[in-house]
Amino acid sequence: MTSQTHTGQTIIDPPEDGHFRNGSTNQPSPTTLSLHLTINGRDHALEVEPRVTLLDALRERLALTGTKKGCDQGQCGACTVHVDGERVLACLTLAAQVEGRSITTIEGLADEDGTLNAVQAAFLEQDAFQCGYCTPGQIMSAVACIREGHAGSDEEIREYMAGNLCRCGAYPHIVAAVRQAAKELRS
Amino acid sequence: MKDFSYLRADSVEAARNAAALPGAMLLAGGTTLVDLAKCGVAEPSTVIDISHIEGLNAIDVTADRAVIGALAKMSQVADHAAVKSHFPAVSEALWQAASAQLRNMATIGGNLMQRTRCPYFRDPQNFPACNKRSPGSGCSAIGGVTRGHAVLGTSEACIATYPGDLAIALVAFDAEVDLGERKLKVEDFFLAPGATAEQEHDIRPGEVITAIEIPGSAATRRSTYLKIRDRQSYEFAAASAAVGLELESDGRTIRDIRVALGGVATKPWRARAVEEALKGKSLEEDIVRKASELAMEGAVDHGANHYKIALAPRVVARAVLELGETA
Repeated sequence: MTSQTHTGQTIIDPPEDGHFRNGSTNQPSPTTLSLHLTINGRDHALEVEPRVTLLDALRERLALTGTKKGCDQGQCGACTVHVDGERVLACLTLAAQVEGRSITTIEGLADEDGTLNAVQAAFLEQDAFQCGYCTPGQIMSAVACIREGHAGSDEEIREYMAGNLCRCGAYPHIVAAVRQAAKELRS
Repeated sequence: MKDFSYLRADSVEAARNAAALPGAMLLAGGTTLVDLAKCGVAEPSTVIDISHIEGLNAIDVTADRAVIGALAKMSQVADHAAVKSHFPAVSEALWQAASAQLRNMATIGGNLMQRTRCPYFRDPQNFPACNKRSPGSGCSAIGGVTRGHAVLGTSEACIATYPGDLAIALVAFDAEVDLGERKLKVEDFFLAPGATAEQEHDIRPGEVITAIEIPGSAATRRSTYLKIRDRQSYEFAAASAAVGLELESDGRTIRDIRVALGGVATKPWRARAVEEALKGKSLEEDIVRKASELAMEGAVDHGANHYKIALAPRVVARAVLELGETA
């Protein structure tokens, strides 16, 4: 069993003798973790407290503020990002947990030359927002929803987009945008 | 959220050793632990990240048995073709739970460790009294706003509802939870509050859930999970039922039936009285409706949750009758 190393005692090996690798049977005290996160294809090194969420790491440490903090409690979907291609909530994910995973945020969705993702274009065309605060999360969720094959009908789109709340109530336009993008991506 | 130290386990053995540390809590998907740490309810001194352990997310399903690794994600199990065909109630309970994002994060083992959504439990700052958080401090829900609270399995110490969906189906079909050294029925893994509301699970320090096992039967193949709630999606159950049905060759007489309830009890609630009343009987609406009333034997309401006593039997009856109409 191989062991990665960042700050010595943050990784535990199978303790054959009941001791951790650092020889201690005591629990370590809170410390700063040195993490390497892969975000939108780029490697980022950062030092964080263990309690720092992926959302706070993105926004406060890496200046990737496209991912929004709505409820910060796993209920609104504004912080939706992709981890290894799957949509998750950055507010309930510890930054330390996603080391070694591939993270995509709204900033990484368009092509390098600025060409928008089909879902982004459809949101513009269908006017699928009012204030725009939930929109990055809606778009990240919709990209995954279509990829999962859960955008086959308006009913299915509503069910599988239910984790993204929009307080402006732009839902009919959001469903229309997801429907349009799903159709374009299928053809 | 109070800070904690972070350890990453790369084997079950390492996780077991670390889990025995005082103040240690396991982190899998994080949807319960990180949430409750933010609420100030969970205050781990050490978080043991088990999400990187390899080989714990296998899903192995035949008609006879489903073995689901503790780190399998809810979404993976919900969309698994063999789960859908041999254990439809399990798939339905999963895809109707939480949101797509949460189901991509939350694991099957972590799902069993999900805590109640009682708003008093989740708000220590405004409601210091909670026997689940601080044994002996009292129950803020009793005498409070109780619309979502339990009517079955309650005690003077606690009326918090068990919020999950998957475990309702697991209890209906006699599933077991694998803790390594021992296996126990999921039904026994969950504890009603009694005088010890703080103990929700029969799990000991140093134990790690590695898998759940569900025996397959004719009743799991013809099964459903019906979830009734205040809004159509992304909501906890007001009342739900996991039901499995096996009919005799005449297509009318009930040979085997399984009924468990969610949203109305302090733990996943098997309704054996309903099952016994229906075994050997003909699948007819008036018989089913009458038997379904037995699901509420012993129910006690606390005012605003009174509607659940009327709602739950209707949910059971509708689930049984709709299953009867499927071939």
